[in-house]
Amino acid sequence: MSEPVKLTRRAFLVRSTAAGAGLLLGFHLPARRKLAAAPLAGADASQPVEVNAWIEIHPDDSVLIRVARSEMGQGVFTALPMLVAEELDCDWSRVRAAYASANENRRRDEVFHSMSTGGSRSVRESQDYLRMAGAVTRELLIGAAASQWQVPAEECHAANSVITHKPSGRTLRFGAVAAAAAEREPPELVFLKEPDEWHLLGTPVQRLDVPDKIAGKPVFGTDVNVPGMLHAAIRACPVFGGKLKQHDAAAIAKRPGVVKVVALDDAVAVVADSWWQAQQALAALPVTWDEAGNGALDDAAIRSSLETGLAADSAVVMAEHGKPDAALQAPGKRIEAIFYAPYLAHATMEPMTCTAAVHKDGRVEVWVPTQNASASLDTAARTAGVDPLLVEVHNTQLGGGFGRRGASQDFTEQAVRIAQAVGRPVKLLWSREEDMQHDFYRPASMARLTATMNSEGRLTGLRARVAAPSILTSLGMKASDGADPVALQGIADMFYAVPNFHADYAMRTLPVPVGFWRSVNHSQNAYFREHFLDQVARETGQDPYAFRLGMLGDAPKQRAVLQVVADKAGWGKPLPEHTYRGMAVETSYGSHCAQVVEIKVNPDGSFRLLRVVCAIDPGHVVNPDTIEAQVESAITYGLTAALFGDITISKGRVQQGNFDDYPMLTLRQMPVVETHIVASGDFWGGMGEPPLPPVAPALCNALYAATGKPVHALPLGTQGLRLA
Amino acid sequence: MLQLNVNGRQHSLDIDPDTPLLWALRDHLQLYGTKYGCGIGLCGSCTVHVDAQAVRACLVTAGDVTGKAITTIEGLAPDSEPVQLAWQAMQVPQCGYCQPGMIMASVALLRENPSPTAADIDAAITNICRCGTYNRVRQAILAAARKQEATDV
Repeated sequence: MSEPVKLTRRAFLVRSTAAGAGLLLGFHLPARRKLAAAPLAGADASQPVEVNAWIEIHPDDSVLIRVARSEMGQGVFTALPMLVAEELDCDWSRVRAAYASANENRRRDEVFHSMSTGGSRSVRESQDYLRMAGAVTRELLIGAAASQWQVPAEECHAANSVITHKPSGRTLRFGAVAAAAAEREPPELVFLKEPDEWHLLGTPVQRLDVPDKIAGKPVFGTDVNVPGMLHAAIRACPVFGGKLKQHDAAAIAKRPGVVKVVALDDAVAVVADSWWQAQQALAALPVTWDEAGNGALDDAAIRSSLETGLAADSAVVMAEHGKPDAALQAPGKRIEAIFYAPYLAHATMEPMTCTAAVHKDGRVEVWVPTQNASASLDTAARTAGVDPLLVEVHNTQLGGGFGRRGASQDFTEQAVRIAQAVGRPVKLLWSREEDMQHDFYRPASMARLTATMNSEGRLTGLRARVAAPSILTSLGMKASDGADPVALQGIADMFYAVPNFHADYAMRTLPVPVGFWRSVNHSQNAYFREHFLDQVARETGQDPYAFRLGMLGDAPKQRAVLQVVADKAGWGKPLPEHTYRGMAVETSYGSHCAQVVEIKVNPDGSFRLLRVVCAIDPGHVVNPDTIEAQVESAITYGLTAALFGDITISKGRVQQGNFDDYPMLTLRQMPVVETHIVASGDFWGGMGEPPLPPVAPALCNALYAATGKPVHALPLGTQGLRLA
Repeated sequence: MLQLNVNGRQHSLDIDPDTPLLWALRDHLQLYGTKYGCGIGLCGSCTVHVDAQAVRACLVTAGDVTGKAITTIEGLAPDSEPVQLAWQAMQVPQCGYCQPGMIMASVALLRENPSPTAADIDAAITNICRCGTYNRVRQAILAAARKQEATDV
């Protein structure tokens, strides 16, 4: 136990690192919830006790752990409680998870820290304060027991929700001392366990949310049922940036169930007794749109804009070292390629939805599957024109998120506006078509990569230009100064050693809204870079694996995952007839991941996905089974995009509407996935996104091995490369 | 009044018989386990049983199924249904939204074909899952089939 954590009494925690530098973590001490109606002094022994903002201990010893991040399949409802429970030393079989309240977070000075669920940050960003919350609470419970026994706390220890006084063998249950613990001053020093002392972290415990999920019990956003609630269907202007011009509400007013037609700035909603009635009436509603001059936008114009960006004389330099210009002029082999990646929709299984109630006393409630309950709170407050403290966000389970439900709270704003107009609670649900056509898409992107090689076949220079819309600028998170670090993820921060390197960015501004899509720009940039490296290797007669290793001398973690995946996949060993493989490696969101994809090519050129071998280094492992599930998940999502994903624009409109023209990988097409966790154990990495970026380039590299032709654009279906 | 027999209970509903079964279940009977995903029968999130056959509830109307036995995810017995037990053991769900439909499709498959081959599963399970639970779905179906066989013997 070498991680002493000093606690001041001023509601902050200062942690001394080994290097001696004080690190202010802004950790709130476990200020008890101020329950006006239920004073804690002499607390009722039948009531649960909040010992810490995160932890409620019930008289029956069950423990409720609050979760501030959103459960969207990635397993935070289990992983985050595991972090708390490890240090709390409670009985895991009695742990329940529940959402922390965004309103309470605001009232209690952000006691739950960030509620934003993105960037694969949930574990790595909160592990510190969650483990400390568990440790502090454990010490309070031990202190309360020791005090009751009138023995030194040092003679006591906790395990499985029981405190034992070692010399006498006396025991007390957590539930019996929780009320007394909550009255105590927090300790000034707590110790966090070393990884070799963990008994829960690193084990494949079953997810807390699975029993409900197999019984159809969880409440997703679409399942919210509020008394007096009406249902809304919505149609937004199909042309990006357009507005509602005219609509004929009278034409549908007498249709069954219709209560009201609500005109919004850029959309129109029909409110009815049931969603089916609302949707049917909406389909019959005559509407004309003001297309705001964007009605001519099409794929050709978008391509042209991206190509202009590639051709521009200058762009914003995002990374540079060595003498890239000189390297490009030097004699030697020069290889150049241009790549294209399309717009992609998130297509969460649960379409966008939000239920809102605007109460007469000024309070506002929203029930919403959100990746950021605090953002939903602010959006609802701003839309209703009320103080954020008057807003309560009831975060539901999310039917997928993938980046769609966080920064962009358009569904929350719409629901509040509609509820305001109707004066009753309203559940807004988008149709699948609405969801497909009004996303914040993964940006379409083009890149030009240029490599120069010396006579030994080593890369002497690499130059990359990316032309794409900027997510940060589009979402208003950053001034439009032409630089967007997110745009060059995986390129500007590349880990390969190249003596002369230049990466620049030509920001494109287009009317199509763009946003965070699982693994964000790593998803395109890893394809560009890793597929290009295979091209360079093969054109210079080198094995792609050996070629990569040659540039990873100073990147031990990437090298390690690549070596494991090559070993497990049998890289270099002969393959059966018509079978091919490709590899790729990427570091994103704090973790390192390498994959080998194996395919079998049929005589007609179609192919089957045989298996994906994956090696992942997330640093520490919270739950290995969840890691495997996230690897399978990210690979499925990445393969779907690489094979089929293509949002195209014509007449300013998205041409796709449902799973018939925006198809998904199915069970029949799914390859075997073999996951090898290579946990180097000296950092905390992310898991939701890192296994996604390698899969598209690894698949393209396998196809390249099969056909001898690089894949210059995705999805593969547009390149004549089809699954059998 | 339209009569629906759902999970062994008879319901009288004052609704348009053209209402898709999906919306009759959700908005009129508050059986929210059956999910809307696409509305055109492609994703399978709304899979229920009608007279023990897997049916996509967005494609049939409430009027079509009057007098038939409808079973939704709420009508299964999660503590004894082999498919649900296998789902628990294999930790199949991620976000969980498509899972009721996956489970209903799998229960129907095993009822018709107690020992499905990999190809049988491929053909029968066409439900879409965005989280990528496919490989675990496959393993869980095979595990449930083995368990059923063991019980039957």
